[in-house]
Amino acid sequence: MQRLGKILILTLAIVVALATLAPALWMVSASCMAPGEASTFPPRLLPGDPTLEHYVTLFTRLRLLRYFGNSLILSVSITLISLFFNSMAGYAFAKYRFPGRDRLFRFLVAEMVIPAQVTTLPLFLMLNKMGLINTYFGVMVAGMATIYGIFLIRQFALAIPDSFIEAARMDGSSDFRIYWSVILPLCKPILITLAIFTFMGTWNDFLWPLIVLTDDAMYTLPVALANLTGEHVQDTELMMAGAVITVLPVMLVFIALQKYYISGIMAAGLKE
Amino acid sequence: MKSLRRAAYFFLAPALLPIFLFFFVPALAAFVLSFTDFDIYALGNFQYVRFVGLKNYFQLLQDPLFWKATANTFYYVLIGGPLAIAASLGTALLLHAKVIRFKGFFRTVYFAPVVTTLVAVAVVWRFLYHPRFGLLNYVLGFFGIDPIDWLGDPNWAMPAIILMSMWKNFGYNMIIFIAGLQSIPEQLYEAARMDGANARQQFTSITLPMLMPTTVFVSIIAMIGNFQLFTEPYVMTQGGPVNSTLSLVLLMYQQGFRWWNLGYSAAIAFVLFGIILAGSLLQTWLQKRREA
Repeated sequence: MQRLGKILILTLAIVVALATLAPALWMVSASCMAPGEASTFPPRLLPGDPTLEHYVTLFTRLRLLRYFGNSLILSVSITLISLFFNSMAGYAFAKYRFPGRDRLFRFLVAEMVIPAQVTTLPLFLMLNKMGLINTYFGVMVAGMATIYGIFLIRQFALAIPDSFIEAARMDGSSDFRIYWSVILPLCKPILITLAIFTFMGTWNDFLWPLIVLTDDAMYTLPVALANLTGEHVQDTELMMAGAVITVLPVMLVFIALQKYYISGIMAAGLKE
Repeated sequence: MKSLRRAAYFFLAPALLPIFLFFFVPALAAFVLSFTDFDIYALGNFQYVRFVGLKNYFQLLQDPLFWKATANTFYYVLIGGPLAIAASLGTALLLHAKVIRFKGFFRTVYFAPVVTTLVAVAVVWRFLYHPRFGLLNYVLGFFGIDPIDWLGDPNWAMPAIILMSMWKNFGYNMIIFIAGLQSIPEQLYEAARMDGANARQQFTSITLPMLMPTTVFVSIIAMIGNFQLFTEPYVMTQGGPVNSTLSLVLLMYQQGFRWWNLGYSAAIAFVLFGIILAGSLLQTWLQKRREA
């Protein structure tokens, strides 16, 4: 009886794993099929004669490298800038005393209930007036600093003993120097976690880049892919290749750094 | 002391300035915008903007599209949300079971859809849902189920979107549930076993109550996210067929950036904000009442 239960649980786990993997596996497989091969009945699981022609088309005819570059530039710079800004603010909230600190922090945290969509329209109008529509900077403004990031860093920095900071101050280090060479290294685990979250979040973001970027050459990968599906509805295999290229980078980052990523989510879920 | 204060402001300014400028100000401006008739003419010259009071909100109340979008969004939140949480809890329990080996491997596989790009996922699923060539109907065929026109049938389009987003998202909350399960002290189970509690009793009187705070947390976060449904219908159905997948954010987007009715669109954004706020408050209130 118990043995049966064990087998049942294991089988269930494997079935769920297969169901989870199936769409991704089929996406990769279909991306290597000849044109039209995916649209047959019964559906084909594997390409009869694997080809990379769709990938070639994407990079030569459809400028996918450009979109890839746009996504990369935006994701990397937003990650670096927001990490820098958030860590400074989080550290100040954790370790400096100044009038109104706690009230300011509570106010910030309360603002987290405002969904980003509320700010979308006026932000668009603002950027339009400032001439920042269709620029990298326009995409970046919304992510340069985040309340969530400040919050995470503050929670982490609270645990750093004051004596570390005082010792550094005794040695004559400036405030920035203390932040840079004492606090940042100590915050490394949370910085890595936040970096992965931010990188993936920006890479996968859709609504905001869709609104800000109006010129084809500025599109990020997700926006370009959504646009391509409109134009190439029939080219299933080509679309699958585009999907693979859009998903692959985040997948690789995730697999390499999943330890930090998953422990970050676990921490967020437990703390509350 | 004064220099310390100055240092604090120096550290805060780079983050607080953009947050103020690109988040608080627009959020406030959205509120003001929702009382104006801001449209394409005003976009060219702000002088054309007029205050119209609550006109946009009254107009919303009479707009069948708005009610359709609200109903669709609630459908997605109230049906899709609990289903997704049940899937997360189920898989968390599955991976928490002692018999499962290679836990790390399974966890990674289950989690993988979470990090994939939603647009790419939507592109792939749109084809999996294809009425003739799609893999899903093919698999269902083995069970004797007739082909379903998933995205073309108004009755099936929203369930199809719910199914896809369940697949995409269950891993995230699963991880939080696993963390919750791991934090339940083993002694509780030992004590229960000594009192002669069977597996089912242990589950209903220890595991479930101990997971309650996690479940509330997860439901609030999931609800907030689910109310913002946009990318799935935008890429897969454009809100169709016959508006059966038109969500509030998609309506906001269409009104704002396709028809340039920015005032009207801001009113939709604020109604959405009000709904989300009310939902979060309701859930925390229910939780407090249960504890009291």
